[in-house]
Amino acid sequence: MDRLLGRSTLRRHLTLAVLGMLVVVVVLESTGPFRNAQFASMAYYGIAGAGLTILIGLNGQISLGHGAFMAIGAYTAALMLQGGDPLPLPVILLAAALVTLVAGAVVGVAAARLHGPYLAGATLALAVAVPGIPVYFSGTLGGEQGLNVRVPDIPPWFADAVFFVTGQDMSRSRYLGYLGWFCLVVTFVLLANLARGRVGRTWRAVRDNEVAAELAGIDLGRARVLAFVVSATCAGLAGGLLALSARIAAPSGFTLTLSLLLLSAIVLGGLGTLTGALIGAAMLTFVPQLVTGLGQDLGLTDVRAAELAPLTYGLVTMLVVLFAPAGIVGGIRAAAARRRAVKTSGTSKEARKDEAMDEIRGVTGDRHPGGGVRRG
Amino acid sequence: MQQLITTVLTGLTLGAVYAAFALALVLIWRATRIVNFAQAPMAMITTYIALVLIDAGMSYWVGFAAALVSGLVLGALVERFVIRHLTGKSEINAVILTLGLFIVIHALAALIFGARYRSFPAPFGLRGFQVGDTTIALTGFGVFTILSVVGVMVLLVLLFRGTDVGLRMRASAFNQEMARLLGVRVGRMLTLGWALAAVVGSLSGLLIAGGGLVHPSYMDGVVVYGFVAAVLGGLDSPPGAVAGGVILGLSLSLVSGYVGSELVPLASLVILMAVLLVRPGGLFAQVRERRV
Amino acid sequence: MVACGAGEEREEAPAEGSTVGVTDDSVTIGAHFPLTGVAAPGYSEIPSGHQAYYDFVNANGGVHGRQIEFIVRDDAYNPTNTSQVTNELVLSDEIFAMVAGLGTATHSAVVDFLNGEEVPDLFVSSGSLQWGDAPADRPYTFGWQTDYESEGKIIGQWVAENMPDAKVGLFLQDDDFGRDGEKGARQFIEDQIVEVQRYQSGNTDVAPQIAALQAAGADVILGFNVPSYTALSQLTALRLNYKPTWFYSNVGSDPALVGSLLARFSEGAVTDGSRLLDGVLTTEYIPGVDAPDNPWMKLWQRVWDEHGGEGELTNYRVYGMSQAYTFVQALQAAGQDLTREGIVAAIEEHGGGFEGPALAPFRFSADSHMGISGMQVVRLQGGVGEELTPVLVTDIGDAPIEEDDSAAEDAPPDSGIPDQPAG
Repeated sequence: MDRLLGRSTLRRHLTLAVLGMLVVVVVLESTGPFRNAQFASMAYYGIAGAGLTILIGLNGQISLGHGAFMAIGAYTAALMLQGGDPLPLPVILLAAALVTLVAGAVVGVAAARLHGPYLAGATLALAVAVPGIPVYFSGTLGGEQGLNVRVPDIPPWFADAVFFVTGQDMSRSRYLGYLGWFCLVVTFVLLANLARGRVGRTWRAVRDNEVAAELAGIDLGRARVLAFVVSATCAGLAGGLLALSARIAAPSGFTLTLSLLLLSAIVLGGLGTLTGALIGAAMLTFVPQLVTGLGQDLGLTDVRAAELAPLTYGLVTMLVVLFAPAGIVGGIRAAAARRRAVKTSGTSKEARKDEAMDEIRGVTGDRHPGGGVRRG
Repeated sequence: MQQLITTVLTGLTLGAVYAAFALALVLIWRATRIVNFAQAPMAMITTYIALVLIDAGMSYWVGFAAALVSGLVLGALVERFVIRHLTGKSEINAVILTLGLFIVIHALAALIFGARYRSFPAPFGLRGFQVGDTTIALTGFGVFTILSVVGVMVLLVLLFRGTDVGLRMRASAFNQEMARLLGVRVGRMLTLGWALAAVVGSLSGLLIAGGGLVHPSYMDGVVVYGFVAAVLGGLDSPPGAVAGGVILGLSLSLVSGYVGSELVPLASLVILMAVLLVRPGGLFAQVRERRV
Repeated sequence: MVACGAGEEREEAPAEGSTVGVTDDSVTIGAHFPLTGVAAPGYSEIPSGHQAYYDFVNANGGVHGRQIEFIVRDDAYNPTNTSQVTNELVLSDEIFAMVAGLGTATHSAVVDFLNGEEVPDLFVSSGSLQWGDAPADRPYTFGWQTDYESEGKIIGQWVAENMPDAKVGLFLQDDDFGRDGEKGARQFIEDQIVEVQRYQSGNTDVAPQIAALQAAGADVILGFNVPSYTALSQLTALRLNYKPTWFYSNVGSDPALVGSLLARFSEGAVTDGSRLLDGVLTTEYIPGVDAPDNPWMKLWQRVWDEHGGEGELTNYRVYGMSQAYTFVQALQAAGQDLTREGIVAAIEEHGGGFEGPALAPFRFSADSHMGISGMQVVRLQGGVGEELTPVLVTDIGDAPIEEDDSAAEDAPPDSGIPDQPAG
């Protein structure tokens, strides 16, 4: 596998990205408009989840308020799409990410001083506070009704290019699917490189042992703020895509539930891993419809069947935390590591097994000190 | 002037409820170092139990007592069969576990009791007291709310300061290994801590519901504000929780009346950040002492 | 009856219109409703009213031999979810039409999509103006209930004529329900308004708002709020010993619901919930459960008894059945060869003449897709509305308010299923 993908981290990630994009093309072209729209949703959940999983899994900071950052991105995109002649979509999405980056920096500076439940409390308050802002400035931000978003026309060159390759006309939901997954792949490549590199090691060091990290010359505050900013930027980009997919940015789209669902999704997938974020996003997108349908087949009324989705969600989250705290990805990796350990016995393989186990442990981490005021 | 008095008194009553809820969070935090996000739905479900009994023709106080008892049982069960299995895992997992419990109880309540509004009776008058010609916005039930929260706080202080059980609970919370060496049955103490907290939580549920409307989401606002109140006071301090609750209730009521109700959540964020930036461990933090 | 054995008959559909969701023996429609979450109490009952009436119609042979299949999807009152479930309804379930999707913010997330996909978007469950005031931009969307601005005008005029010296306070939900109502009322009582207070849905402590109204000395309060906030505002006023004249919009007044909510507070305060609402002013545009002898209510009771699910017949369910009745009329008017374009044209052509439970006629035409044109002012007494005015009809903008009782006398056909309109 290593030979196939290349030794350099960047080259390996880029190769994976190209392969991933090919899969995306095949999947999007072979499914109908409804599935395309679902994949577009999965993409923005995936991006937001990736940012959050980096923050929590690698840096050990918790955020219950990422829905607020998604709201900032969504409103930025929606505002820029209001005029009759909007800028190109990539510019708008970049702006959504950048505005959120600034907001993330402000919150991050405050958050870097807080620990455990205090940070959780502050971000929780953020999650409920931000949706109130557009209601107060209802003149420009549309109040409770929100801002309607019209997806701009598909650029002709893009539609032509896709037609040239696939021979199919481009529908709007497929276009959004491409846009979302392109953003996702780019984000994942950037995050993966960041996590593998020096910055990622710094974050892990801060997470695992603050004192040691500080002795090693790491500026704790700067590492925390950087992690928060990166994470918030991802959420902002995801928010911009959400506004396009949902065709609206409204306060009721960014309730506390959104922040909490994101959190549970990345735990289900496996905290600290990008694959886990992707799995979590898939569950957020596909499970509700599946479970509700099942409930209706069992003869429940619509109202009761609708409650089944959150019920399943909560139950699975609890079971995963209790019995497979490394999430789905962690579980698979542990199983693979065990099998490798049984099958072979060479020092190099042993070393790799240790590495795998180490990664899992980093995720479940007994190494986190207890909460509260960690440093006087 | 009357508007100001009304707004302040309403804020006080509301603050008392946030304080009760924050107290419950603080109790659990002290016992197990976990923030119990499922506190609100647990209180919601015990309130529904009271409502079912009252609907069946029992008196308010039977329902009241039943809710507190079921809170006690529920708290103990949750600790024994859910939280206990978490020991040694990271704090983020604990947060997510209680959030999962939050979602589950919520959905169960909607399935069992239906998602419609129901009114919940109050044992005392809902008219404001007359002072001369004016009516002040303090009702019999409001007085009951404030008194019961103060009473609970006093009882807790007595329990922790003055009784043997309280001492053992504090010991288990402070250092499990040490407490075990001293012969304290730590597991039992933790279960007791959760049970007591759930009783206090149930009380806050009953106090919010009294003279108001109940539906599966009726406690959702309290999750946020109760938690903010607890953090504001410093999660380790019961008096801090009460102070945090009252400060928050008062400020939010004033913001709602004089600035705009849409800014209430934003105000809670501003207050919280202002306090935490000055004192990252909350108002009543005992810094250094509890470095875990 | 057309033979309905062969499923391949669809190929013969006329080429001039879309027949998605239509077969020889069925028509599939869908809607988004909040079935979970904070908006679910109350609103989640509306689709059960629809379902009961469609079951009733289906049991009697359906419309033009077609059974009506109604798919409800939960959006939890979150526009993001509305988008997703609407995608599912249109692209996966392939519904013929969206019928009665609920909510202003939620539905506005999908209204352009539905029009872009040319899916009929009929009888939106919301009184916002945007469903009907621009049929050129949204040719497939139709309103149903009396819009909030027209209601505001009727309420404002009544207050200006009957209480010219009153100091008026407004108690508004902070969205376009409150805003449109305010806009209508201000046309008549601009100089009488002394205070405006808005509440956020979800924030159940309205004492600061009511205290501000009291401090401003308002002696008439117009409430554009939902029923739970009617109960909350009444309880708060009781606490403050504040006794203005209350005038709630139709949405918030449901005396049966509010009365049952208030009935609880008997200890020392309220002896009979509906009594607490005595003297409260409100408006009506369809008969509700407070008038069990009304022929329409007798029909709805019969339908609910035969086909309803669990629970009582409530005004939310009556609302759903009344909408369903209008939809069945639209299906009949569209004729045997049902197409999406056909049903839109049929409503534009015949909709103004639909006879149904509504007290005032619909405004449907090629130029307007606004729903019911008016309402009457009533005073609640013992949980029942007493008429204070004839039915008043108007339109948005500066259209005059006129008396028009023509539609109020409509009675349901014996079969309970609307007759096919002539032509």
